Amino acid sequence: MLIKERTSILSSEITSEAIFLNRRKLIKAAAGISVAALLPASARAQVKKYAQVPVGPYSGALQPTDYEDVANYTNYYEFSTDKKSSTVLAKNLQTSPWSIAVEGEAEKIGVFNLEDILKNNPLEERIYRFRCVEAWAMVVPWIGFPLGTMLKQFKPTSKAKFVEFTTLYDPKVMIGQKTNVLAWPYVEGLRIDEAMNPLAFLATGMYDETLPNQNGAPLRLVVPWKYGFKSIKAIVKIRFTETMPATAWSKMGPSEYGFYANVNPEVAHPRWSQSRERILGASIFTPKRKTEMFNGYGEQVASLYKGMNLAKQY
Amino acid sequence: MYISKRGWSFIKIIIFFLCLSPFLLLINDTIQDQLGANPIQALHFNLGDWALRFLCIGLALKPLKRLTKQSWPLRFRRMMGLFTFFYASSHFLVYIVLDLSLSWEEFVDEVPKSPYILVGLFTYLLLIALAITSTKAMQKRLGKRWVQLHKLVYVAGISAVIHYLWLVKSDIGEPLIYASIMFVLLGFRLQNYIKNRKAVAALVKQRSTT
Repeated sequence: MLIKERTSILSSEITSEAIFLNRRKLIKAAAGISVAALLPASARAQVKKYAQVPVGPYSGALQPTDYEDVANYTNYYEFSTDKKSSTVLAKNLQTSPWSIAVEGEAEKIGVFNLEDILKNNPLEERIYRFRCVEAWAMVVPWIGFPLGTMLKQFKPTSKAKFVEFTTLYDPKVMIGQKTNVLAWPYVEGLRIDEAMNPLAFLATGMYDETLPNQNGAPLRLVVPWKYGFKSIKAIVKIRFTETMPATAWSKMGPSEYGFYANVNPEVAHPRWSQSRERILGASIFTPKRKTEMFNGYGEQVASLYKGMNLAKQY
Repeated sequence: MYISKRGWSFIKIIIFFLCLSPFLLLINDTIQDQLGANPIQALHFNLGDWALRFLCIGLALKPLKRLTKQSWPLRFRRMMGLFTFFYASSHFLVYIVLDLSLSWEEFVDEVPKSPYILVGLFTYLLLIALAITSTKAMQKRLGKRWVQLHKLVYVAGISAVIHYLWLVKSDIGEPLIYASIMFVLLGFRLQNYIKNRKAVAALVKQRSTT
């Protein structure tokens, strides 16, 4: 028996972009301005923190996944390999004050307070698809700022060919770091042109709220055209390098997880197919949908990989 | 302690519903939407876990008989075997009906790319053969060959553990627990086999010399 496959997003998942963005803005305006102005101060506290953050480019007309699903289904091995347990365990993480060390091939290196970084980078919302290497997918409305804009503020030199990111290492709180499921601390990286691509994003919030700890607070990377493991959480260090960084998952399984990790339906993981993906939060009778090349962001990023054999450089 | 025939039937009914309860709870969780963001995977993994657990329980009955020096554990072997088959079938059906949405195209795309699924299907084929021949009539019909055929459960035990070990990304903790349980349960058989062979060899030697 064959059930007809969908090539892309369900029609019910799609709202026309204009209507969708307008509606969001209206809701935001209603929540942020009119309601806040009318209500007493005590009630005003309930208004979402980032309700007035404007919607940025590339957000398309995607319908976000339910907040509960995004917040309770995380791969955060620093806490647990169980997707739900990290919600509870990550509550112990202190995310404020937070500083980020900037090192390597840049003029402005040093240790910076996250607060100061946030002051120099106005927030915007980006509604992005998120595709895990485990073949499940969701849509998340992130609050943050473009990675490239921030990186430029550190004035990388011509020797900066790659950017390496490191997660906090604190086994007392991040109890998963006491195990050896991965080489700690978690390290990820991007080629400098990938990092400067306007799609690459740093998130400090989602769904108009502060980023929940289990989703990578206080600052995480979001690279929507790559598998989720590239989008490193709780960043404490950014290093500009001349050589390709050795990343956590590629150290663990070099034949299974590459440096590029671009979403690609044609290149199977050595142990499972990547040609389809399960939509989180859908009913149990919803079939998987076809994976899109670069997770649907080919228009923005395909040119970065011209002339490369993506089956070999996975 | 003496337990009458009716007593055993009663105990068996209670055990039957105990064994069925994880399934009923899972169905309830599915209907109540309590399985989280990825309900199909939760259902699929849970049913697979239970199949493996019942396989372990089934294989533990003979060592239990040896330990307790009682024969009652063997009364539950067929039931545990059939529950293994029941949970493995549900696990398989969730994969085919919900995960693949009955799409043959997806099946032929996914299965060859996933060695662990191939091992899982192999295990399930073994379990089908064992379930079909589990009746008393079949036992009589096959005679000695029945015992040989049902030794395949050891192969199924090993392949079920490989199926699990092969699918995880990096945290092999849980499958390793099952692997060690299986190692102990099958080690018990191996030890017995070696002991028996030695005893037979000694007997043969004794006879040939006298």
